[in-house]
Amino acid sequence: MGKLLKIAVRNLSRYKRRTLLTASLITLGVVFVLVFVSVSGSFKSMIISQITDSMLGHVQVHHRGYVASIDNLPLNLNLPLPAWKRLESILGQQPPIEAYSPRVKFGGLFSNFAETTNIRLNGVDPDREFRTVPLLPSRVKTGKKTLGRGEIWVPELLARGMNVKVGDPVVIVATNKDGSVNGKQFIVAAVLESATGPGGRDGYLHLEDALETLRMEAMEVSEVAIRLKNFREADSFFRRLESLLALEKSPQGIPIFEVHSWEKLTPFYNIARMIEVMTFFIRLMLIAVVLISIMNVMIMAVYERIREIGTIAAIGTLPGKILSMFVLEGFCLGAIGVALGNLLALVIIWILDLSRITFDFGMQKDLVLSPTISPADLLVTSLMVVLVAVAASLQPAVKASRMEPIQALRHV
Amino acid sequence: MSLVVAEKVSKEYRTGEVLIRALREVSFAIEPGSFVSFVGPSGSGKTTLLNLVGCLDKPTEGALRIAGVNVLSLDRKASASFRGNHLGFIFQDFNLIPVLTVYENVEYPLLMVRNTPPGEGEKRVMTLLEAVGMIAQKDKYPDQISGGQKQRVAVARALVTHPKLVLADEPTANLDSKTAYTVIELMKKMKDDLKTTFIFSTHDQKIVGEAEIIYTLADGELMDRQVKGGRKNG
Repeated sequence: MGKLLKIAVRNLSRYKRRTLLTASLITLGVVFVLVFVSVSGSFKSMIISQITDSMLGHVQVHHRGYVASIDNLPLNLNLPLPAWKRLESILGQQPPIEAYSPRVKFGGLFSNFAETTNIRLNGVDPDREFRTVPLLPSRVKTGKKTLGRGEIWVPELLARGMNVKVGDPVVIVATNKDGSVNGKQFIVAAVLESATGPGGRDGYLHLEDALETLRMEAMEVSEVAIRLKNFREADSFFRRLESLLALEKSPQGIPIFEVHSWEKLTPFYNIARMIEVMTFFIRLMLIAVVLISIMNVMIMAVYERIREIGTIAAIGTLPGKILSMFVLEGFCLGAIGVALGNLLALVIIWILDLSRITFDFGMQKDLVLSPTISPADLLVTSLMVVLVAVAASLQPAVKASRMEPIQALRHV
Repeated sequence: MSLVVAEKVSKEYRTGEVLIRALREVSFAIEPGSFVSFVGPSGSGKTTLLNLVGCLDKPTEGALRIAGVNVLSLDRKASASFRGNHLGFIFQDFNLIPVLTVYENVEYPLLMVRNTPPGEGEKRVMTLLEAVGMIAQKDKYPDQISGGQKQRVAVARALVTHPKLVLADEPTANLDSKTAYTVIELMKKMKDDLKTTFIFSTHDQKIVGEAEIIYTLADGELMDRQVKGGRKNG
């Protein structure tokens, strides 16, 4: 093997310019793919983290049928107290959960005593909510990053439209599920930056205030947001919780709960999928570049060395060894491209990271891009290129190994 | 027992529409340790015959046994194996591997054909390089040495596996006469030292005289067999 490798490397260095050009092409392809994967991956994970850590949580539980009519914020589909208690006892036994927060969501009228408009509100227990979506306070543009009784966080667009500032008194009027109307005065504690996605333009108030405004005698819950210790376990936890809660049924035998992962609750999931599809196609392009360039070089190499192949075949080199000789040449070419490409890509990613490039996403401004590449992505791309390089050299190598020595020796 | 036995060997091939009878019922036997030459003008069938004996081609008719093996029964892979184990080749154009040094070219059949572990054949390679007078050039590449030197390296490469038979097709055709004599002398010396059988083809009458047995071919037929010190028609 060592001798074969030595011959392969020497044959590559024999046509320096051609080897350099092909290796450069592969290097550029690898760099392009790795930088794209790192930048798009970092963009994707940053946006996912923004969405899950400031609004959604990783998994949500609702009363069955709630999400289908979430636009209306139906109070009649809230989880009643016994169901919430049951859910709390189940969630309390799940080790992967870091925190969870019950929310009462409702729509109402927002008045600054001069004008009135519609508002969507989340009644939350601030401590539990901040542990479940820790980036929520970071969306406070002006005002306090805490939320007490009698206080309200108002979304930015609404505050601007209604000319409301921190410290101003406002009134919230809401209809409860029986149809009776109630109003309650609040002090604006903060103006909240809007975020992309569902709930990104909602206001927040204390859970107790929400219950009072809706005149709920016993606690009811519209949704429960769950934060996991490890985001990567979201899928497996979602499936486990779904099967666990499917066992909880009403006296009529209908399941009470429905579970949703973050992907099902945000349209950004489609963008994330699109990024994955783009990454796949860019990898496909890299495969095509490697395949065509290496196959071209190896076909040339076989053609130029026909007499040499005839000689080594005549003196008794077995066809398998001749095949290995050329496959190793393709492998080396791919490996050189991969090594240089990885090195160059890591340097570029490092420089991009240091540059602290900012971008806007929807209403979120100045998000800092911090591209990283996982060892798994490096490994997958490298393996893919090397395997394609080997595959591309197979056809010319098979041709070389099947040459009749007598004909090859006669080649001029 | 004869090392090479050919019985009524014929070889025909087509070039376009034309059928060419390169060899016609050629029969001969070559004893181990002989220094044999096939002579004849261009197109007489020398190269075709050497290709058949070298298991690089198969006859259209006839029987051919080398070292007791019916080489016509060998498939492609077995032929390659047989060549690697029993035969050595010296080519008219030297055919050294350009990316390997002189030493590595000689070592090549040991490592790549016989699968000798690296290092084990070193003594054998060095002995042969010394014998062909190329020890000083052992680290040079083929494009850094002369034609005569390349052919010396080719002789060493052909002998490094200690084959029973070495075949040389016009080994001196690309050399000047002085160098040609040197190479033939070297082959004779190697034959005496290693008891290897040499068969070479040539159309150079001055070189022919160096052979112990001379077969003359004309138009694909064996016309004459001449033994040094006596004469016998074939």
